[in-house]
Amino acid sequence: MSVPFNPVNAPDFLPVEKLRELQTERFRFIIRRAYDNVPFYKQRMDAMGVSPDDFKTLDDVRKFPFTIKTDLRDTYPFGLFASPMKDIVRLHASSGTTGKPIVVAYTQEDLDVWANAMMRSFAGAGLTKGDIMQVSYGYGLFTGGLGAHYGAETLGATVIPASGGNTERQIMLMKDFGVTGIACTPSYFVHMIEVAGKMGIDMRKLPLRLGVFGAEPWTMEMRHFIEESAGIKAYDIYGLSEITGPGVACECECQCGLHVFEDYFYPEIVDPDTLEVLPDGEEGELVLTTLQKMAMPMIRYRTRDLTSLVTEKCSCGRTIRRISKISHRSDDMFIIRGVNVFPSQIETAILTEGKQLLQYQIILTREHSLDNITVQIEVTPELLSDKVSAMEDLTKRFAKAIERIINIRVAVKMLPPNSIPRSEGKAKRVFDQRNLKD
Amino acid sequence: MIINQLSVLLENKPGSLKHICRLLADHKIDISTLSVADTKDFGILRLIVKEWERAKQVLTDAGLAVTVTGVVAVAVEDQPGGMCQILDTLDRFAINVEYLYAFVSPVKGRAVVILRVDAPDVAVAKLSDGQSVKFVGPEDIFAGK
Repeated sequence: MSVPFNPVNAPDFLPVEKLRELQTERFRFIIRRAYDNVPFYKQRMDAMGVSPDDFKTLDDVRKFPFTIKTDLRDTYPFGLFASPMKDIVRLHASSGTTGKPIVVAYTQEDLDVWANAMMRSFAGAGLTKGDIMQVSYGYGLFTGGLGAHYGAETLGATVIPASGGNTERQIMLMKDFGVTGIACTPSYFVHMIEVAGKMGIDMRKLPLRLGVFGAEPWTMEMRHFIEESAGIKAYDIYGLSEITGPGVACECECQCGLHVFEDYFYPEIVDPDTLEVLPDGEEGELVLTTLQKMAMPMIRYRTRDLTSLVTEKCSCGRTIRRISKISHRSDDMFIIRGVNVFPSQIETAILTEGKQLLQYQIILTREHSLDNITVQIEVTPELLSDKVSAMEDLTKRFAKAIERIINIRVAVKMLPPNSIPRSEGKAKRVFDQRNLKD
Repeated sequence: MIINQLSVLLENKPGSLKHICRLLADHKIDISTLSVADTKDFGILRLIVKEWERAKQVLTDAGLAVTVTGVVAVAVEDQPGGMCQILDTLDRFAINVEYLYAFVSPVKGRAVVILRVDAPDVAVAKLSDGQSVKFVGPEDIFAGK
């Protein structure tokens, strides 16, 4: 019988010097592997005049070239693989909203590393053997479902591979099986709370005690509402397919930033404009290097996610560094009348003003060369009034709250409930109808 | 007399009112009267129905947000000055009328006016105080249903 996993024995708690030694050794290995096995990396490094031999200490990481998302598209499908196909046991692919998807590959060792990182993520959030874990991420090409599945299984929890969709059945399973933990996108969980309410089920009365939510940025307000209305602890998990999938970083029970599994994924924060490495604590773009990925090493991959590295010791005792909760993706940002706006800023305003979970979407339009933002918010019975004046006041209150944060006037429109389509995976909040291309 | 009115938010697009009427019809719920307030962006449908609790359930089950408001129903003489008499009283006590709508009572051929005021119980008290105002209750509005 195997010994149950005890997080204290994981590299999460290594003395910092030991961890840096391990990272140095592993970076040396991966940069050599990338150079020797992937022509793309060899060309890049040769062009910059650097070679794997130039790597001596972790300070040398910044000498090496970045990798960006279009590099994965340009080498589609298998151009970045460092292993022969006979050693590759799994492929995943991104949804690819623009053109070709992004393909990622795993050897058996890579899958083991991923399962281990996910197991440590869940363990950090307080999941243990004996918990019943419902995995409501989509199973398939998307990394969410299988990633969470193997992580929870490796930990020894009882896994329910519910996948996404059929929300009423999900809630029935949750209730009948006494589910204690759930993994899905935060927006899908909000939808579950809504559907449970309609089914007359109060989630607070179910055994469900924790959720590990990821695959999209979410705000502190959203966390607050999820925790209140479902009576659970809600933890943030971070990851991306290019690096491995979910499990790159996850919050521990302190909920004060996401611990990066640094023995596998080496984090840097760079200024997105100058690409200079920023000191710990400063906000910038997260850049990750996979230290052990055999099938598809990623060297200094620019994630487009904006965060900072937290170095203060966490009260959980883990020595691995944290990234602050990501509420901004530079990909989600839109520019309107010259101002950068993140959807999360609008969400913060709506949830704070509405004091409850509200469904919303953001529509960008252009009229006579002037850009407009319309924020559509679904009305709830608590917000609804029979008085036109009260409804107009409500609309104004939302508009003011948003304006205070983004400094741009917005039009707010209240919609009847269920007007906005619900997502079972990553929520799409912004609809840009400006036709900015050409 | 105070009766319960249901309100529902309508989107400004064709078919949204019909959708609600169809739902009620399918559940054999008779609408005694209704009024729609419209703005540029949305409408508010207000309904007076006999079985308001069942109607609320039907609409809620269909995924709509419904709110219940107590409104004052009074019978008005169908002759010049009938309405003035009521408004005079409300005016005297500084009771603000948010909105009102009227319909013809099925039995007595009188006009029934639905008044939305901020404090319906105060309004009822003032209107009944020595006035010849005739309040209308569910038994009158829904007579014969």
